[in-house]
Amino acid sequence: MSNSVIKVENVGKLYHLGQVGTGTIANDVNRWWHRVRGLEDPYLKIGESNDRTKKGISEVVWALKDISFEVNQGEVLGIIGKNGAGKSTLLKILSRVTNPSVGQIKVKGRIASLLEVGTGFHPELTGRENIFLNGAILGMTKQEIRSKFDEIVDFSGVERYIDTPVKRYSSGMYVRLAFAVAAHLEPEILIIDEVLAVGDAEFQKKCLGKMKDVSGQGRTVLFVSHNMGMVNSLCNKGIVLTHGQISFEGSAAESVSFYLNNFSGVKNHTVYFEADYNLPCQVMCVSLTNNKNELKNEFDVFEEITLSVEYEIREDINGVSLAFVLEKDGDIIFISFDTDYDSEKLNKRVPGKYRSKVKLPSPLKAGMYNFANIGFGSVNTTSININQNALSFEIKELSFDPTFKSYASNRVGIVPTCLNWQEIKLNS
Amino acid sequence: MSKEQNWDLLIKPQNKWHQIDLASIYKYRDLLMLLVRRDFVAVYKQTILGPLWFFIQPILTSLTFTFIFSGIANISTDGNPAILFYMAGITIWTYFSDCLNKTSNTFVANAGVFGKVYFPRLIVPLSVLVSNLIKFGIQFLIFLILWIYFLANGQQINPQWGLMWVLPFLIIIMAGLGLGFGIVISSLTTKYRDLSFLIGFGVQLLMYGSSVVLPISSMSEKIQKIMLLNPLTSIIEAFKFVFMGSGYFEVISLVYSAVFMLIVLMIGVVIFNKVEKSFMDTV
Repeated sequence: MSNSVIKVENVGKLYHLGQVGTGTIANDVNRWWHRVRGLEDPYLKIGESNDRTKKGISEVVWALKDISFEVNQGEVLGIIGKNGAGKSTLLKILSRVTNPSVGQIKVKGRIASLLEVGTGFHPELTGRENIFLNGAILGMTKQEIRSKFDEIVDFSGVERYIDTPVKRYSSGMYVRLAFAVAAHLEPEILIIDEVLAVGDAEFQKKCLGKMKDVSGQGRTVLFVSHNMGMVNSLCNKGIVLTHGQISFEGSAAESVSFYLNNFSGVKNHTVYFEADYNLPCQVMCVSLTNNKNELKNEFDVFEEITLSVEYEIREDINGVSLAFVLEKDGDIIFISFDTDYDSEKLNKRVPGKYRSKVKLPSPLKAGMYNFANIGFGSVNTTSININQNALSFEIKELSFDPTFKSYASNRVGIVPTCLNWQEIKLNS
Repeated sequence: MSKEQNWDLLIKPQNKWHQIDLASIYKYRDLLMLLVRRDFVAVYKQTILGPLWFFIQPILTSLTFTFIFSGIANISTDGNPAILFYMAGITIWTYFSDCLNKTSNTFVANAGVFGKVYFPRLIVPLSVLVSNLIKFGIQFLIFLILWIYFLANGQQINPQWGLMWVLPFLIIIMAGLGLGFGIVISSLTTKYRDLSFLIGFGVQLLMYGSSVVLPISSMSEKIQKIMLLNPLTSIIEAFKFVFMGSGYFEVISLVYSAVFMLIVLMIGVVIFNKVEKSFMDTV
């Protein structure tokens, strides 16, 4: 691996709990005394892993522990994890805002970090002045900023207010301008912490496009977000942090799935697929919810089951349907096309991102169900993007007594139907 | 696999104390100038008089001093016009005290920015030095105008034309002392906030101990010696001596001040360099 640009080696970060103040002088002196004698820092040994929910015995915790990974040139690495898993700490260390307690990081190239947009904006200064100031804080030279100035103003869309103090800006304008400056940084390595969650939908789209451009130019990006869809569509590699340690490392789609399946209570209710930009249309994510919009993959017999499919249409296409095949115990129960009722979609699909929701028939008999196929196919039955056995769910008899009922699992027949039997008495 | 690569940057728990990255400070020189500009533009926005306040501050202070110390308390001004005498002291003293005051809260005041972006932290105190130098320049100009006025009116002041060359050195020593003390204090306040309470009246106190108001010629020999231990005293005295020909001027005292400045500055930079890596956890 000669083209790795970031090499993180056994990095750990120790934090002291409680108040900084009382007792710190004593600790400082003690630490200093150990160092003078060439001993290890006495407080490094007693650190615990960072599980906030448990009451620990130690006053110090490892916010990060034994973190080692490598990032290669041009990779877009997504870092995901629950709140407090150490994501931001890791980014802070990487962007040199704070130092690691142990370990080291080697970096090749210029790093710029975007832990927050608008850092160093001064409210009294005009937009123009702030572009220069903020750009310089982020590491650009005056010359670089000047050459990109028009582009930045154009991107932000606040041209009219450029000579007005930013304190008069609406919060949206403020953020747009701030992101515009940041987006025009040209470092070899860019570190981003969820700054995309700003502005209106249109601006977010613009930001995402810009991010894709950045990674398309062979630059390396480290991206922290809670938005799994974003991680999946932007990144090509991922790591999952749990209590300050790396619990999973793999492709972005694998990492996102790992995270969702391990940290959201239920397993396998959501599956992400790796983006393949060669496809004209692609299913990006499928998930199952009940009528309360809870993500699940275990349902009660009469619970409503909704399949949502997020997909991207990347070019104008026609004659293509989104479809799924539902199986139980190897038998196909039915197949459904999103063009079944809406044949308009067969004529034309407009590029964009979509989410389709489809309610499954109810009730279904208890047992394991499996989406044998979910994806796009054209009318002449050639498949364009098929995901096999992507998702499965289980129906359980939880709240109903199934004896003799049509949905009892041991009853003959694949599909349960509660038919209405009307009887009249013919003789007395 | 094991091929050693050329890494541009190594992030480690602690740098060696002497690793001061002057190259990266130079790389960020544009930021320094923009921060200076910000200080100027932002402070007087939405004021009617704007930069005129730079003039008004020293004039008012000098008038107050003249009224209280010379008019009421009748303290010696070495035979110089009182207002000129006080303005000389205040002009150069203000440069020091402003540098000290503003650099001493570098970390605490900039925690928001420092917590989000990396740039050589020393840029901020350096920018304070430069922007105060400009402010000093403006105030020095007023002093010069007043001085020329008194000179033209045949007042009893004897400018030491031959010593004018020491002025830049006086200013450099003042700047160095302000920066040195400032960054030491700012580094320590990240953890121990007590110092920030001290600094306010400490600076005030120091002013009276630096012959801004009281010329050391008015003191007994013993107290003079003590006063001269303060590296600021000889600088302020020398400044007055150059322009008005009265006061205390000894090269050896100035050398003492310069050495003192270098030592403080060195300690300051080393501590600052150490603290800037971890202050986000303690601030």
